[in-house]
Amino acid sequence: MHRTGALYGQFKTLEQQKDSASLGMWIFLVTEVMFFGGIMLAYAINRHVYYHAFAMGSNTLSLKLGGTNTIVLLASSFTMAMGVWSAQTGKRKLLPLFLSLTILLGFIFFGIKYVEYAQKFHHHLVPGASFDISYCVNNPSKCDDISPEELEIEGNLIAQAKAAEPNLNSHAQLYFSSYFGMTGLHALHMVIGVGLLFWLLHGSLKGRFTPEWNTPVDIVGLYWHFVDIVWIYLFPLLYLIDRHK
Amino acid sequence: MSHEPEHSYTEHIVAPHVYLAIILTLVALTAITVWAAFIDLGRFNIVVALVIATTKASLVVLYFMHAKYSHRRTQLVIVAGIFWLALLLFMTLSDYISRIDYRGVRFPMTQNVDTRPVLRG
Amino acid sequence: MAVTPKFPEKHYLNQTYGIRSWLLTTDHKRIALLYLASVTFFFFIGGFFAMMIRLHLLTPNGYLLSADTYNKMFTMHGVAMIFFFLIPSIPAILGNFLIPLMIGAKDLAFPKINLLSWYVYIVGGTFTLYSMVTGGLDTGWTFYTPLSTVYSNSAVAPAVIGIFITGFSSILTGLNFLVTIHTMRAPGMTWFRLPLFVWAHYATSVVMILGTPVVAITLGLAGMERLFGLGFFNPAMGGDPILFQHLFWFYSHPAVYIMILPAMGVISELIPTFARKKLFGYHFVAAASLAIAVIGFLVWTHHMFLTGQSTYAALAFSFLTFLVAIPSAVKTFNWTATLFGGSISFDTPMLYAFGFLGLFLIGGLTGLFLGCLGTDIHIHDTYFVVAHFHYIMVGGAVMGYLGGLHFWWPKITGRMYPEWLARIAALILFVGFNLTFFPQFLLGYLGMPRRYHVYPPEFQVYNVMSTAGASILAIGYLLPMIYLTWAAFFGKVAGDNPWPATGLEWKTPSPPPTENFEETPVVTWEAYDFHNRPDLGLDAPTGHGPHHPGAVPAHGHD
Repeated sequence: MHRTGALYGQFKTLEQQKDSASLGMWIFLVTEVMFFGGIMLAYAINRHVYYHAFAMGSNTLSLKLGGTNTIVLLASSFTMAMGVWSAQTGKRKLLPLFLSLTILLGFIFFGIKYVEYAQKFHHHLVPGASFDISYCVNNPSKCDDISPEELEIEGNLIAQAKAAEPNLNSHAQLYFSSYFGMTGLHALHMVIGVGLLFWLLHGSLKGRFTPEWNTPVDIVGLYWHFVDIVWIYLFPLLYLIDRHK
Repeated sequence: MSHEPEHSYTEHIVAPHVYLAIILTLVALTAITVWAAFIDLGRFNIVVALVIATTKASLVVLYFMHAKYSHRRTQLVIVAGIFWLALLLFMTLSDYISRIDYRGVRFPMTQNVDTRPVLRG
Repeated sequence: MAVTPKFPEKHYLNQTYGIRSWLLTTDHKRIALLYLASVTFFFFIGGFFAMMIRLHLLTPNGYLLSADTYNKMFTMHGVAMIFFFLIPSIPAILGNFLIPLMIGAKDLAFPKINLLSWYVYIVGGTFTLYSMVTGGLDTGWTFYTPLSTVYSNSAVAPAVIGIFITGFSSILTGLNFLVTIHTMRAPGMTWFRLPLFVWAHYATSVVMILGTPVVAITLGLAGMERLFGLGFFNPAMGGDPILFQHLFWFYSHPAVYIMILPAMGVISELIPTFARKKLFGYHFVAAASLAIAVIGFLVWTHHMFLTGQSTYAALAFSFLTFLVAIPSAVKTFNWTATLFGGSISFDTPMLYAFGFLGLFLIGGLTGLFLGCLGTDIHIHDTYFVVAHFHYIMVGGAVMGYLGGLHFWWPKITGRMYPEWLARIAALILFVGFNLTFFPQFLLGYLGMPRRYHVYPPEFQVYNVMSTAGASILAIGYLLPMIYLTWAAFFGKVAGDNPWPATGLEWKTPSPPPTENFEETPVVTWEAYDFHNRPDLGLDAPTGHGPHHPGAVPAHGHD
């Protein structure tokens, strides 16, 4: 199908095209809801049955890093929405700016995630043969990024959790499986999102998006906001299970 | 009607100050959810956390994603998606929570005891 | 004298030439043919494994294959047939080809995504084929854990990746159909003037969109468990195999509706055409399609009645299972009522439609025995189940597929298939099918379990009958493959509307031009309205009767 200007050949009007693209992206997001929903179900059931192991796993996560990432993503949703606004109101110079800010915030998120993942590997918190929830407590010298006071608190928490759940080490792996599975899938979606943002940035610098036609900005925006929503749920589910001890 | 959208639809452009208000609300709700996590509400911690998360998600959907200003059809798609997720979660959970003690076999979901054999420590 | 139809000069097949014009096409009609080739390929693969199963089961003592190899045969038969044949067949071939034509559009809403969906199918298929040739798959197509994630020594990972990828092909197709049907209908083509084939594909697309992502994540989690040792379903870590089953069947039950709804859509086109009568209860049939799609999501646990799940949940799901039979029954009654008072002709597509009616009925009714908690205890995991779903999938879906292929072959290729040969092939298929699968009901009832490589010797006679039937069935499948291919090049020129039928797709030349319609059609008539269509050249008052000279010619034997 050939294109005349922005209009693709199978469509009759730009409005029909925009309508179709928007509906298509929303339907795609519904598939993403069901996709993440499956792993949420696995998380929900395992968390209920092994609450103490999940709580303990959650307590090894850094609230500072997770909280910062949450704010970073929320801010990126704001900049993305502002980007769409720029395109809709014809503010040609602002659009690349907001897209760049969104990309930057995305990279900050990746950076923080990388630090978190690296910590997990370091502290033997990756499911598998070498998984050991008590690794840092038993080897403080190997985990020098945790202060002695924090280690003591962690030691107490582990002792409490073990009392409630004798197979703590085994079942904590279920928590970390959910952790890596959920955040890994989320990160993958963000990588795709950032890729799409770069593509938009390229187009915006060429002046392709106008108030008459800015559909790609609009629908990538929808996708980006969805990725933010997933994190809005992941944050309390993974980081805030049982912080009140 | 044939190929035209359900009603004549002029795009509603949301003003930046609305977006600003929303993002500030979202940050505030994030702070609240962290603060609430430190309070021992027992079973209700998860409820509070999910309610706040859902509020945040709703704000993003309604305002950032323009759902408030979209076609009926779009809103129906959103509701259908959420409904189907609820279906998946609640109908599966209905199996787990309604299992009963039968001939001495106890189910962890209702009796909070883990009786599965452990093959590896 | 009747006018001899002329073959159009320029059409979608000769518009452009060369392999690139096919592999990079965005024309929905060419993409449909790409799918036809790849889906048929996988049908052969699945058929090969079926042949191995039936040959092995000729003797009760497991003479031909080892137990492990036998497990691989039935697993790969299921995987190939379900994911690579049944799910894509009608939607990706007939749906792709016909939906834009039926609604008066130039193409689907997203032609490039349509092409992408074919490539995604090919990539997924390649991964799965790789699995088949590097160790095979022995977990059953259901991939139950922890066998699939921990203990199996077969090539589970590439297969799981392959099916995961192929799921996206389904999702993209469903997405395309939903948007197209919403936004691309021609002027005057209101929702209730749409052919029921389109309604059926709309319902199918809803199921694809809502269900497929769940199997994607389920297989994704299983893959992560197998490859990275993550824990979700592995009891050694405290995980739950029943959770896998819940997640798996949440999709895989609605998947069977993905397989049957399009076939029902085909039947809704065939019966009015060959009874030359308006479909009885159009609105009810449309509503029933949607009802099947929705209620179909509420019954999945009936595959898990024997897992030790909650009795209360089992009761609820059993009740819902009975409920889902109702819209299917509504449709069956409506198709039958359409026949009453109609002018029935026994062309090949109609023979397949009749086959569908009887065999789907048997398959559907036997589902009720399985949905009933008490009887299921005895017949679960026996050949009764195998017979039940083959009656629906083969007796139903494949009959619908073949009926549709024959019906629309003149539109797709511009040429007619050989009618008498086709009728004989349909009969052979029908006989072969029943001989293959009816004995399996008896076997299941008598207690022969499924997925076992050996069986008690007293069951041998039924197994031999079944294998004999399978060889006849195979001939029934090979014949259409041969003569349809022949007909595409050498068949009699068909003309725009050889039947004649009332759909919008018949108002354009056969084969259609690339852009489908010279001008956008404006629709002013209701669906299946034989009375108010003078352009069809039928007897005006009744819409019945033989063709008279000067009218649109019949295909030669009426």
